Amino acid sequence: MVSIQNLHKKFGPLKVLNGLELDIKEQGIIAVLGPNGSGKTTLIKSILGMVVPDKGEIIISGNNIKKRWNYRQEIDYLPQIANFPGNLKVQELITMIKDLRGKPAREQELIEYFRLQPFLDKKLNKLSGGTQQKVNLVLCFMFDSQLIILDEPTSGLDPVALLQLRKLIQQEKENGKTILITSHIMNFVEEVADRIVFLLEGKIYFDGTVEEIKTTTGQPDFEHAIAKLLSEDHV
Amino acid sequence: MNVIIMIVPLIGTIFGVMYYYNSREFTQLLLAQPVKRSSIFLGQYFGVAISLSLSLILGLGIPFAAYGLFKSPAIWDFTMLLITGLFLTLIFSALAFNIALSNENKIKGFGYAILLWLFLAVIYDGIFLLFLVYFQDYPLDKFSLAASMFNPIDLSRILILLKLDISALLSYTGAVFKQFFGTPLGTLASIGMLVVWVILPLYRLKKVVGKKDF
Amino acid sequence: MMKTIVPVLFMIFFFSARAQVVEVCPTCEISSIQQAVDMAANGDTIRIKAGTYKENEITIIDKSLYLIGEDYPVIDAQMKGTALTIRAEDFSVEGLKIINIGTSHTSDHAAILVSGSKNFRIERNRLENIFFGILVEKSSNGVISRNRISSKAVSQAKSGNGIHMWNCKDLTVDNNTVKGVRDGIYLEFSENCTISENLCEANLRYGLHFMFADHNKYLDNTFDNNGAGVAVMYSKFIEMRRNLFRKNWGPASYGLLLKEINDAELQNNIFEDNTIAISADNTNRINYINNEFRGNGYAVRIRGACYKNVFSENNFISNSFDVSYTGNINENEFRRNYWSEYTGYDLNKDGTGDVPYRPVKLFSYLVNRTPEAIILLRSMFIGLLDFSEKVSPVFTPAELTDDYPQMKKIKW
Repeated sequence: MVSIQNLHKKFGPLKVLNGLELDIKEQGIIAVLGPNGSGKTTLIKSILGMVVPDKGEIIISGNNIKKRWNYRQEIDYLPQIANFPGNLKVQELITMIKDLRGKPAREQELIEYFRLQPFLDKKLNKLSGGTQQKVNLVLCFMFDSQLIILDEPTSGLDPVALLQLRKLIQQEKENGKTILITSHIMNFVEEVADRIVFLLEGKIYFDGTVEEIKTTTGQPDFEHAIAKLLSEDHV
Repeated sequence: MNVIIMIVPLIGTIFGVMYYYNSREFTQLLLAQPVKRSSIFLGQYFGVAISLSLSLILGLGIPFAAYGLFKSPAIWDFTMLLITGLFLTLIFSALAFNIALSNENKIKGFGYAILLWLFLAVIYDGIFLLFLVYFQDYPLDKFSLAASMFNPIDLSRILILLKLDISALLSYTGAVFKQFFGTPLGTLASIGMLVVWVILPLYRLKKVVGKKDF
Repeated sequence: MMKTIVPVLFMIFFFSARAQVVEVCPTCEISSIQQAVDMAANGDTIRIKAGTYKENEITIIDKSLYLIGEDYPVIDAQMKGTALTIRAEDFSVEGLKIINIGTSHTSDHAAILVSGSKNFRIERNRLENIFFGILVEKSSNGVISRNRISSKAVSQAKSGNGIHMWNCKDLTVDNNTVKGVRDGIYLEFSENCTISENLCEANLRYGLHFMFADHNKYLDNTFDNNGAGVAVMYSKFIEMRRNLFRKNWGPASYGLLLKEINDAELQNNIFEDNTIAISADNTNRINYINNEFRGNGYAVRIRGACYKNVFSENNFISNSFDVSYTGNINENEFRRNYWSEYTGYDLNKDGTGDVPYRPVKLFSYLVNRTPEAIILLRSMFIGLLDFSEKVSPVFTPAELTDDYPQMKKIKW
C-alpha cells in the first residue's frame, strides 16, 4: 500500500525526517505517534506531496509519488487544523471539493451523522472549532478511498462527536481501508490502533502493536509505556 | 498616463500579495486534493491578473468610450495604453506572487512587494539619471535604450510616450528611440521584453511552487 | 487752333503707337512668349492667352514690359533651366502659371529670376513643381504679392526656396502662399523689406529665413508645420509682430530660431504646438512683449550668450517646459508674465502673484546638461525631482524668477 524508503527532510538547519523507513502493507489502523516535532505531520505531508522530501522515496500503490498529483485521488486526508477559506459557506465548500474530485460522495449521510444540517448555509469562519472539525471530517470521509490519513482527528471534538468518530473509523476499518492516524490522545490510540509507529528524531523508534509496546517496556498501561519509551531514549 | 504607469503596477503588486496571503488556507485545502500544484498557483495568479485586467479595461474603456473614443483617431494610442497597462498588471501581479511565495511573513512580503514597486517606479529612474549625468561624456543612447528595456515601467512609459506627439520633445535621443521602437523589430523586441517580464516570474513561480513545502 | 491740335494728336498717336499690346496664344501668329518679348517695344503690354507654352530661358533685358496672363497660361519649362529671366526697370509679371523647373547642383534655376531690377510687380502667379520660385537679386522697390508657390521638396540638398531675395532693398512681399519648398521665403543681405500676411506651410527647412538681413520686418504671417517656422540669423533690427507660429513639430523643429540677433522686437505673436517655440542663441536686447505661448514642448529655450532680453506680459499656457536656460542670468528679465503653471496666491488681489514664479524646471536644466536624460520625461522620479526643486531651488539659477507673475491671462 504505502512504502517509504530512506526519507530525509530538513527545514533549514532542523532535521525533521532522518532516513525514515516505513512499510504499510496491511489494512487496518496504524497510529503514528511521537513527541512534538518528531516529524509526524511532516511524514504525512510528505505522503500527500505537500512537503517535498530532500531524499528518499515514497511509493503508494506501486507508484513513486514524486512530481505526481493524481494519486491523491485515492487518499482521504484530514488536516490537523481545519484551515478553511472563511468566506465560503459549508455547502459551497463541500460542493467544491466534490467537483474537484469528480467522484461519488456520501456527504448527505455524513452531514446527518454529525448533525451539520443547521450549519450548511453558514460561513465557515462563523463556525466553532468543533463544528469546523466536523466539517473537516465530512470532507475527509465522504469519498470512498482506500487510504485515509487523519492528522489529529480528535482535536476540538466533544465526547459525543468523539464517540461518533471512533465508530466511523471502526466502520471504515471493517470496510477494509488502511487508516493512518496521528494523535496525542493515548487512550483513543490504544483503543483504535492495530499497529503503533513511534517516531523519534525523524526515525521510526518503535514499530509494533499496542501489546508489543506494553511487553517491551514492561508497563501495563499504554500511556506509561509510551512515556517509558521516551525516557529510555533520553537516558 | 501616469495612472497607467504608476498606479497599475502598484495595484497589481498590492492585490497580488494580498490575494496570495488571504488565500493561503484555501491553497492548503486544495493542496491535499488531487490537483496539480502548478495549476493551483497559476490558477490563482490568472484569477487575480485577469480580474485586474478586466477592471482596467472597463475602468479606462467606459469613460473613454463615453467620450466617443471609437470614432476618434486616438483609438490606436488608447489601445497602446491598454496593452501596456495589461502587461504591467500581468507583470506586477506575477512579481507580487513570487515575493509572497518566498516570504511566509505577511508584513515582510508586503514590504518587499512595495519596495519592488518603489524601486521600479522611482528609484530605478533615479539611478538611471545619476548614471546619465555621471557618464554624460560618453555616448549614452545605446545604454539608455537598454536601461529602459530592462524596466517594464520605463519601457511602457516610453512606448506610450512615443505614441503621443510629445515624443518630438525627445529630440535626438528620441530619434534613436523612435528608430528602434518604430520598426517592426523594435516593436517586437519591446513587446517581447514585456512578455519575458511576464514569463520569467511565472517560470520562477512554477519552479518554487514545485519545491515548496506547505 | 489746328496748329495746336495737330501736334497733340500726333503726340497721342505717337505714344499710343509706342505703348502697344502684343497678344500671344498657341494658335496665334505669335505663338511663343520669347517671340512676343523680342517684338515688343519698351512699355508694351504682352497678353498671354490660356494654353501651354513649352518654353524656357525666356529673357527680358532692359525692356519695360507688362506681362499679363489670361486664365493662367502655363509655361512649362520641362525641367530645363530658368523659365523667365528679367533685368529691367518698371515691369510686371502677372497671372502666369509656371511649372516644371528642374533642380540643379550648379545653378539656381527659378521660375522667375529678377536681377538688377527696379520698380517691379510680380503678382498673382502660380508656380508649381519648381526648384526656386521667385529669385530676386540686386534689385529694389519691388512688390511680390498674392503668388502661390508650391513644390514637393524631399531633401534639402535637392530643393530651392520659394521666394529668394539676395542683396535687395525695399521689397514688399505680401499675401503669398508658399508650400513644400526648402525655405518658404529667404532673405540674404537684404534691407528694408516688409514680409506680411503670407502663409508658409509644410516647407522642408524654414518658413521664413533671414541671413545677414538687417532692418526688416515681418508682420501678420502664418507659419504652419515647417521644419522651423522662422529662422532669424546674424541680423539686426528685425521687427516681428502678430505672426502665428504653429505646429512646427518634430524632433528638430522650432517655431522661431534666433541666432546672433540684436535689437529685435517681438510683439503679439502666437506660438502654438511647436516643439520649441523660441530658441534663442546669442541674442541681445530683444523685447518679447505680449506674445502667447500655448501647448509647446519648450516655450522659450535660451542658450548661451544672451544679454538684456526682456520677456514681459507674455502668456505661457500649458507648455511642457516654459523656459529652458543655459548659462548665467545675464541681465535677462522675466516680468509680469502669465504662467499657467503658477501655483502661488494673490492675497491683496492686485492681480499679481505674491510669490515669484520660477519658470525653469530642474528637469529642463538636467536635460540641458545631459540631453539623454530627456527619456525620463514624465516619469515619477522626475516629477518628484521637479517638485523638490520648486520647494527649494538648488540647481536652477535662483535669480531667474518672474517676481510679478500675473494671476490672469493677459489680454491685448
